[in-house]
Amino acid sequence: MAILEVKNVGKRFGGLQALGDVNLSVAENSVHAIIGPNGAGKSTLLNCLVGKLIPDTGSVMFDGQSVLGRKPYEINQMGISRVFQTPEIFGDLSVMENMMIPCFAKRDGAFRMHALESISNERDIVGKAEHMLEEMKLIDKRNMHAAAMSRGDKRRLEIAMCLAQDPRLLLLDEPTAGMARADTNNTIDLLKQIKEERDITIAIIEHDMHVVFSLAERITVLAQGTPLVEDTPDNIKGHPKVREAYLGETQDAA
Amino acid sequence: MFGLNKKDFGLMVIVAILALAAPFILNPFPEGSAMAQFNAGYPDLMQRLVIFGIFAIGFNILFGLTGYLSFGHAAFLGVGSYAAIWMMKLLTLNVIPAIIVSVIIAGLFSLLVGWISLRRSGIYFSILTLAFAQMSYALAYSVLTPITGGETGLQPKYTDPRILDGALEEGQTPRANLFGLDMNQGFELSLGGWVFTFNAGYYLAAVVMLIAFYLSIRIFRSPFGMMLRAVKSNQQRLNYTGLNSKPYTLAAFVISGMYAGLAGGLLVAMDTQVGAERMFWTASGEVVLMTILGGAGTLIGPVLGAGFIKYMENIVSKINKSVLEQWFAFMPDGIEDLLITLVYPFVGKGWHLTLGLLFMLVVIFLPGGLVEGGQRIGRVFRRRDANADSVESDAAEQRKPAAE
Repeated sequence: MAILEVKNVGKRFGGLQALGDVNLSVAENSVHAIIGPNGAGKSTLLNCLVGKLIPDTGSVMFDGQSVLGRKPYEINQMGISRVFQTPEIFGDLSVMENMMIPCFAKRDGAFRMHALESISNERDIVGKAEHMLEEMKLIDKRNMHAAAMSRGDKRRLEIAMCLAQDPRLLLLDEPTAGMARADTNNTIDLLKQIKEERDITIAIIEHDMHVVFSLAERITVLAQGTPLVEDTPDNIKGHPKVREAYLGETQDAA
Repeated sequence: MFGLNKKDFGLMVIVAILALAAPFILNPFPEGSAMAQFNAGYPDLMQRLVIFGIFAIGFNILFGLTGYLSFGHAAFLGVGSYAAIWMMKLLTLNVIPAIIVSVIIAGLFSLLVGWISLRRSGIYFSILTLAFAQMSYALAYSVLTPITGGETGLQPKYTDPRILDGALEEGQTPRANLFGLDMNQGFELSLGGWVFTFNAGYYLAAVVMLIAFYLSIRIFRSPFGMMLRAVKSNQQRLNYTGLNSKPYTLAAFVISGMYAGLAGGLLVAMDTQVGAERMFWTASGEVVLMTILGGAGTLIGPVLGAGFIKYMENIVSKINKSVLEQWFAFMPDGIEDLLITLVYPFVGKGWHLTLGLLFMLVVIFLPGGLVEGGQRIGRVFRRRDANADSVESDAAEQRKPAAE
């Protein structure tokens, strides 16, 4: 069953047709990768899913409900969490505070005026945040300034923050961009582990073929704003159209 | 204790002691001595110190936590003052209803201004708030003269209706009171050469300031306060974490507007008059200076900044040429004149120049304000202790082989 259904989505920026006519269906509890050369419209598509952009045409349904016209925080509360290309965390706050914020968001919703309560009295929130930090092996950094952490740790924290909300769909925007091979492999292992332990759907936009082919169950190839093919990794590897449009190019580059 | 952790409770106690003992602390020099002009322990100034402290504490909840820089907070102070004076004209000279109503009216007004201004962030937000404040000033100064008294401002008169109080006799000056306790009332305590003034108005303002400070600590330590800091740190992440930043910032804006209204109401309770200049943009700028100078985002910083600026405004500005001549009288004539010429531009009416220089120094060298300065000094002392220990142990290490 499809948890995310994208139908006939188009988006135009002035004279540029960023997305032509995108149809995409992400099955529940699958790992779905969206690949494509630069300028293929991957990020535009992602932004249409999370409420940052509103497509000109078409519809985006999450779990049977339309996400179009909803604000990013509303879409998040529906169960879609997003991991950014460069880790977006609360740099001025401590690691523990970073972890508590999504826990509050999960429990209290988009806004609650808890101005005279004390954080230290929120036992369930503190407990959950500590548990998540332990799971991600960040617990010994709990009092650290989040901005002072290494990039790999920031990525882990960001993923942990998304997971703390128990999302049904986790969107990752080039999660290993700019990472060394070792960090990339760690991230792959982490994502595999997450997939094993939870009922979660993962949609991932990625440049790195190594990451895509180690994780994805289905792959959609996007080129010039339209999906070229959608298939399993093995079929994608051998697909002549894809080789021509995309893979050949990157293999040469590599 | 009282929902505070040990450190915050300690800070609260220190502030309480400082506020309640201010008549002593601010009057360190004996009456009639050459230094007596540096005494700040007179009621009018002490009241201003704590009232502008309240103003800055509230401003810090918006600016220090969320990073939204409002350039129009004097408007809420002014609206609070007008509301308070109308309470004194229509209802009673008791300050309690005046203060409560000033907080409510300023809160409502800030809800309107915040709701519109918070559609934008960064510099556009600042300009919108500035525009609102200048509009309020212009309205108060001219168009709304029937309500605000225009150029002349407002003060209670014996002819006002005041439905809760008995009528005043003709020509009698209406005085603000707290259930009969005149705000101007007080007593002087002479100890040797020192004279300490205890004033009812000051103590009312000080107690209100302590309550305001206590509430601000609670807000800082609450989940709400954490969300506000998250707004400042990364609003994008906050929105993608399922939290709506708008009501958080609006709530912070209204809370700080209510603090400003409280300060405005207290100003009227201490000195029963108000004019439109209270809303002028320089007054809005002043609270920004206070907060940054003291340390934005810190608990005690804004209070320090407010105290510092109000002290300079009232004390340094009083140093005139004849005072300088007195100070440098012991020097040879030529040097005396030279020194007076050098120092004079920075004192008296030139106190803004000194303030400006200090502000520049703080912003460049102490981005965390006076609080950071204090912390650095503290750290130097602690490091020196640590160094002293390690030096001694090193020396001990070296002595050992020598002894063998």
